[in-house]
Amino acid sequence: MQFGLSQEQTLLQDSVTKYLRDQVALDKVRLIASGELNDAEIWQGLSELGLPGLMIPEAHGGVGLGALDAVVISECLGYHVTPSPFISSAAMAPVPLIASNRDDMLAGIATGELRVGVAFGEAIGARTGAGVVAKGATLSGKCLFVLDGDADHYLIATTDKKIFLVSTNASGLKRNALRTIDITRSTCELVLDNVAADLISEDPRVYERTLDMGRVMQAADTLGAAQCMLDQAVVYAGQREQFNRVIASFQAVKHMCADMLANLEPCRALVWYAGHAMDDIPDEARMLACHAKAHLSEVGRGVAKTSTEVHGGMGFTDLVGLHYWFKRIGANRQLLGSPELVREEAALVQKLVDQA
Amino acid sequence: MDLSYGTEYIAFREEVKGFISKNKDKQPKAGAEPGNPELLAWQALLIANGFHSRTIPKAYGGYGAEPDIIKPRIISEEFSKAQINTGFSGQGISMLTPVLLEMGTEAQKQQFIKPTIHGEMVWCQGYSEPGAGSDLASLTTKAELDGDEWVINGQKIWTSTAHLADWIFCLVRTEPEAPKHQGISFLLFDMNTPGIEIRPLVDMTGKANFNEVFFTDVRVPKHQIVGNRGQGWLVANAILGHERGSLAPPDAAQSRLDGVTRLMNSETIGGEKVIDNPVYRDRLLKLQGSVLAQKANDMRLLSARINQDQSAKLAGMIVKLTGTELRHEIEGLAIDVMGEIGLAYGDNPYLRGNGSWQYQYMYYLGLIIGGGTSQIQKNIISERGLGMPKEPKIEAK
Repeated sequence: MQFGLSQEQTLLQDSVTKYLRDQVALDKVRLIASGELNDAEIWQGLSELGLPGLMIPEAHGGVGLGALDAVVISECLGYHVTPSPFISSAAMAPVPLIASNRDDMLAGIATGELRVGVAFGEAIGARTGAGVVAKGATLSGKCLFVLDGDADHYLIATTDKKIFLVSTNASGLKRNALRTIDITRSTCELVLDNVAADLISEDPRVYERTLDMGRVMQAADTLGAAQCMLDQAVVYAGQREQFNRVIASFQAVKHMCADMLANLEPCRALVWYAGHAMDDIPDEARMLACHAKAHLSEVGRGVAKTSTEVHGGMGFTDLVGLHYWFKRIGANRQLLGSPELVREEAALVQKLVDQA
Repeated sequence: MDLSYGTEYIAFREEVKGFISKNKDKQPKAGAEPGNPELLAWQALLIANGFHSRTIPKAYGGYGAEPDIIKPRIISEEFSKAQINTGFSGQGISMLTPVLLEMGTEAQKQQFIKPTIHGEMVWCQGYSEPGAGSDLASLTTKAELDGDEWVINGQKIWTSTAHLADWIFCLVRTEPEAPKHQGISFLLFDMNTPGIEIRPLVDMTGKANFNEVFFTDVRVPKHQIVGNRGQGWLVANAILGHERGSLAPPDAAQSRLDGVTRLMNSETIGGEKVIDNPVYRDRLLKLQGSVLAQKANDMRLLSARINQDQSAKLAGMIVKLTGTELRHEIEGLAIDVMGEIGLAYGDNPYLRGNGSWQYQYMYYLGLIIGGGTSQIQKNIISERGLGMPKEPKIEAK
């Protein structure tokens, strides 16, 4: 029995961490957040490490690894608040495209040249004014807060759990960037007027697996981001002096850090287990994906607040930049289903509530 | 990630199942008092087959198996699945026996371990005092050597099962001049020794789960000490580490959460099942997320023990804190699910589940405090886990 990361997974973690530490420091994140740069250069760098094709079979130019490996990557990206379309293009998009044998797309995604965004919000629960309807081979309507504002194609889900593929260049499609609180990753609005769409999947299980994959990766991203916030809080508290002592020696501050650790450490095992279930325990995968997403949303929010408080006034400033992590955790919470909605799905999966 | 226990354990699981199906009718009846012959016979049967005291050497009355982390787990899984009595527990078995094996003399091992694990000798623990709780090392119950005997004077508190115990393992101050951690010794003595008075301490549950124990010129043979004079703190710490992990295991939390789910399916409010109320349901699902996280953490810890992996150190430090707090919340949800029925207690005819939800809700508040309070746990986590500095020391009065 071995519960945890394999040696290969630890090596993967180390090599991605090294790249991010050296090449994607906070200064670079700031440039992207301010709009002076886009994430293309980072995605290019991550492509050289094989990340876009991590879960695409080797026959199609990918690395052929599993969800737990992707969890390891996602955690690293969250830790470094790395701007990238990893969750949409590398984790979610390959699921339906592999299921429907869209080999033409897979090779491009694997090299990182093709970016596929994800518009699932309207299938999970459309907000006022949003919603998308299929008519024949066309889609019309509006998708909000679509993952990746720079994608070449989008996978759009409808309420009956069908998944369609549209090209960003398709006639009748209008894409508007949507600024959000999390400026490390881009989102957009898609306005569709009879846009030609490829039906990729009619199987609700494919839709669910795609969504679950995204949620597990969000949970891992939050795990990494929250761990970084805890680490920064401990370092800061060990340096900052007040009343002639470092503030880390005050019980009030120590207990805040202990609380963060006590809440976060079991999350690590939960996220690993949810990733493993996506690979090897199909019966538990849905329930665990929902819980990983919801639980990390709650714990992440607590850590984000507490770490900021440990930093005192400096935590509130742009100078320290802690807010990039705070907002990243916030975005992972709201996108692909807020915790209340996701827990209700977990209840449905377990038949704790009537399917009606 | 490999969650299978491996093929060599398949046969062992079958052996456990075989034992259960053959012997389950020999189980003692629920509620039998300690000393009941049925209980003692069942205990002997469990030990003879290696399902209790598995790794304790045969010479000391145990089964004498090689240490193995997975087999006890399989035993516990199968016994729990079949709801079979797992035999005696208690502080003599869980805390004193490991200490004697580690630090006791050969004579002490011979004298105490066999009757203890067979349930013939019940122990209580004399650690806390009215003035020594979180700061346990400041304890003042003193033992002075008079010829071949220790003479003990002082008071202990929070002594669970003192009224049932045959013997006590007790921390006393033997070196008043030494620094506080180095002046303590670990003594064993008979609870029938003259000079011991036990007063039950009724707690918020309405029961006397604990006692106060008073010592007045209690005379104890000199050799009934574990370790050397002044080493008692080392011995006590070894045991406390063992106790912390076992107070609120995640599997028990899962089983209580399943109980809340059943309760929410059977209780109704104005004709509607509680499980159909989305507010209550969300509270249940929130707790389920925490239980799943703690169960995964527990698997990680098991794996770390098997593979001697040091990377899960922090994951182990938090289990007392998070486990007891979570149990308290689970029991509290059940009370809220019952609304005013959640107030019922004692012989109230509307009581659900024998009042266990109300009892455990209070009992787990006790466990949040006992065995190192949540606040002491947070000191340990932040100082030993995160490397944060201790508070500056105040000079002793």
